[in-house]
Amino acid sequence: MTSPFAPGIVSGRLTPDDLARNFGDLHPPLDAHEAHVAADRCYFCYDAPCVTACPTGIDIPLFIRQIATGQPEAAGKTIFDSNILGGMCARVCPTEELCEEVCVREVAEGKPVEIGRLQRYATDSVMATGRQPYVRAEPTGKRIAVVGAGPAGLACAHRLAMKGHDVTIFEARDKPGGLNEYGIAAYKTPGGFAQAEVEWLLTIGGITIQNGKALGADLTLEALQAEYDAVFLGMGLGGVNALAVDGADLPGVGPAVQFIADLRQSPDKGALAVGRNVVVIGGGMTAIDAAVQSRLLGAENVTIVYRRGREAMSASTWEQDLAASKGVRILTHVQPLAVHGTGGAAEIELEYTSDVGGKLTGTGETFRLPADQVLQAIGQKLAGETGLTLEGGKIAVTGPGRTSLDGVWAGGDCALGGDDLTVTAVAEGRDAAEDIHSKLMAEG
Amino acid sequence: MADLTTDFLGIKSINPFWLASAPPTDKEYNVRRAFEAGWGGVVWKTLGSEGPPVVNVNGPRYGAVYGADRRLLGLNNIELITDRDLYVNLEEIRRVKADYPDRAVIVSIMVPCEEDAWKAILPLVEETGADGIELNFGCPHGMSERGMGSAVGQVPEYIQMVTEWCKKYYSRPVIVKLTPNITDIRKPAAAAHAGGADAVSLINTINSITSVDLDLMAPQPTIDGKGSHGGYCGPAVKPIALSMVSEIARAEETRGMPISGIGGITTWRDAAEFMVMGCGTVQVCTAAMTYGFKVVQEMAAGLSQWMDEKGYASTADFVGAAVPNVTDWQYLNLNYVTKARIDQDLCISCGRCYAACEDTSHQAIWMHEGRVFEVNDAECVACNLCVDVCPVEDCITMERLPGGTVDARTGKVVSDEYANWTTHPNNPMARAAE
Ligand SMILES: Cc1cc2nc3c(=O)[nH]c(=O)nc-3n(C[C@H](O)[C@H](O)[C@H](O)COP(=O)(O)OP(=O)(O)OC[C@H]3O[C@@H](n4cnc5c(N)ncnc54)[C@H](O)[C@@H]3O)c2cc1C
Ligand SMILES: Cc1cc2nc3c(=O)[nH]c(=O)nc-3n(C[C@H](O)[C@H](O)[C@H](O)COP(=O)(O)O)c2cc1C
Ligand code: SF4
Repeated sequence: MTSPFAPGIVSGRLTPDDLARNFGDLHPPLDAHEAHVAADRCYFCYDAPCVTACPTGIDIPLFIRQIATGQPEAAGKTIFDSNILGGMCARVCPTEELCEEVCVREVAEGKPVEIGRLQRYATDSVMATGRQPYVRAEPTGKRIAVVGAGPAGLACAHRLAMKGHDVTIFEARDKPGGLNEYGIAAYKTPGGFAQAEVEWLLTIGGITIQNGKALGADLTLEALQAEYDAVFLGMGLGGVNALAVDGADLPGVGPAVQFIADLRQSPDKGALAVGRNVVVIGGGMTAIDAAVQSRLLGAENVTIVYRRGREAMSASTWEQDLAASKGVRILTHVQPLAVHGTGGAAEIELEYTSDVGGKLTGTGETFRLPADQVLQAIGQKLAGETGLTLEGGKIAVTGPGRTSLDGVWAGGDCALGGDDLTVTAVAEGRDAAEDIHSKLMAEG
Repeated sequence: MADLTTDFLGIKSINPFWLASAPPTDKEYNVRRAFEAGWGGVVWKTLGSEGPPVVNVNGPRYGAVYGADRRLLGLNNIELITDRDLYVNLEEIRRVKADYPDRAVIVSIMVPCEEDAWKAILPLVEETGADGIELNFGCPHGMSERGMGSAVGQVPEYIQMVTEWCKKYYSRPVIVKLTPNITDIRKPAAAAHAGGADAVSLINTINSITSVDLDLMAPQPTIDGKGSHGGYCGPAVKPIALSMVSEIARAEETRGMPISGIGGITTWRDAAEFMVMGCGTVQVCTAAMTYGFKVVQEMAAGLSQWMDEKGYASTADFVGAAVPNVTDWQYLNLNYVTKARIDQDLCISCGRCYAACEDTSHQAIWMHEGRVFEVNDAECVACNLCVDVCPVEDCITMERLPGGTVDARTGKVVSDEYANWTTHPNNPMARAAE
């Protein structure tokens, strides 16, 4: 084992036991009794606000009642009817900003029904059977290409397969799952859940995944359009915004998403190198996850620096509190000026900012923090050129994901609208599938 | 601290809380511990005739109905009377009574419906020095198949006959325990009264099947693939027991007859409710079986505090106080008009009242923009359903319309006068108001 205080970017700062504990389940599953007690708190509200707040519109009061009456599998089916990745969403949704935020018991008592954990209980019950409650409709003979095996692409493919269409997913990476596999924090989805979920989802049949096939490199949109009856694009945001300061090219400086992807792919967390002093730049979920996981790997000092105030951070208050509870320091109204070091990052130079009427300016007051590792999490962007009309850097869509090209749909992070959450990607993929189905069936 | 000392039929106990005849009172060991915990009295687990005792099943004897968090709401049992030797029980009763002169010790008895059987056992019970006897005419399972328990309790003539034998061969108070498995509870109570009973106690357990095992296709508890109905008790039976108690308390033939109330009593409040309905003492079984003997401490402290708050010096001050207010439907004041009112500050916008009223009542609740719920007086019939389904206490209340105001639903001016169905113009039998 390396000393926790070893300088530089090194591996093995913590014991295997500590690492195992740190990367265990953030919210352990409910057991049957706990689930009953939690389910009993649901009031079965009329026109329940939680349903409206769920981007996939899961019938939450119904599924909770099904848990209460002793049928978690039926509850699971209610969830999957609206959201086939309900298992992942149960783990990663920021419920404190979605369903649980508007739960009448949150409003009344500050203690919502534990919808997320109940959802996990129900979906786990179904997945434990190894079966899914859906069968394919009669084959339609229609063939659809889906680009990207992330939440949007998978949800779209599943719904299309259910309707009897044949789906081929082209995925640039080696494994399906998108950010479920490469992005989401390890402690939210431990135990290889992302791959297990994809395997379970594929048991519907009619879906083929071709890994290592990237649109732009290995395929063109024109070719897909020519060969398939419809195309759905769900390739997320493959590019990262670059850090435009001096020293950004020093070893030790890199994108947070890459750090997280490496972490997710490493079976042995002890082999992962992390700095003693880590500085993360950004204010979103990625910044939080990179910072928290750096701490969990054993970094001594982890600081998030964000150029505006806390209220402007896209990470929820709950996420910010989680980071604080893991010992991450959040500095706001601070922007990076330069990274210093010889042969590798050693310090980051920062400047205070003032935010007047939305206009951000440096105050001129600067300071430095030790930083042997700098992770930039200042946003992802669409990678590659599709020839489609863009808006705000994303693929412009109308209604259920229709792009500027006839026969081409898009959804998830790569498309305009939505919150850049797993659950919105699922909703958009599903809705596009319904639209594709209607369109193809109308064409005959 | 109010004085909880109770005098029931001349039997004194330190409080009105007695343990009902059941497993908690099955033997000396339990009863001593119950008295140490603070119970005012016990009705000993029912004794049978001399000779080989009954046997119980050797599989499960209880079934349960649960509320949230596995809170036991109803318990069902197929247990019989004591399965221990008569003389062992009698000796234990004698010892316990001698050691606890300030507690009530009542002996429950169930022997065949023959004069000789009663003539044989009563002197033996008398010798123990116990304060009185309770005739178990209630057990609805097992014993009833043998012509005892509820098989007797369902035939008023038998009740009267056996009660008369007891009064003939036993000198101390005789309490008749009634079965609720009967259409009109006033009949057996009147028969006990006619037979000379000093008091009635009720209710014994209600015929029940709590659940069915859907794999075995058999009632639960299941004994080797079969089940039998049992007797139901616990919080779930309280409303039934209270109603039966009130019927006896106000019936002409039995009015004023001492009553020991039983059925689902779990808290001091339950006990107080039975007492104001006419019960001089209360008996508890399931609450003790669920939480242990210690529950009596909450009951005693609670009743005492409530008495202090109300200014009652002794239990006799309020026993029966609610009986005059139990009446027939036909005498309820039809000019008492109320409307539901929703307190917007307390409302948490769950919409349960809306679903209930809109789907199953009178479509009298509006759902406004932003999940604001409001009562439409023009439709509200004041049924109270919204109040009952609202998860927030006192959020919805019933407000009386003062005389002189117009009821938006009927368009009529509300009158201050009392007027009931007997004189209502829609009543074909209406007597002209004098
Ligand atoms: C670090 C991090 C943490 C997050 N945490 C949460 C969280 O806790 N909760 C939450 O709800 N959301 C979270 N999100 C957001 C969430 O992961 C995304 O909104 C969601 O995954 C978007 O789904 P998608 O299908 O649109 O895209 P992605 O999940 O990005 O999937 C796109 C897929 O397309 C593939 N692809 C890309 N380009 C091509 C190409 N040219 N050809 C073929 N395939 C291609 C990719 O390899 C990938 O598999 C997080 C995001 C990040 C980055
Ligand atoms: C397991 C069990 C055994 C019982 N045995 C007797 C009995 O032997 N004699 C009797 O009079 N009542 C018997 N009862 C009925 C109780 O005395 C009491 O009337 C009934 O349980 C209702 O009161 P509760 O709701 O407080 O339990 C028994 C009840 C139970 C649960
Ligand atoms: S009292 Fe009955 S009718 Fe009136 S608002 Fe409530 S539920 Fe509706």
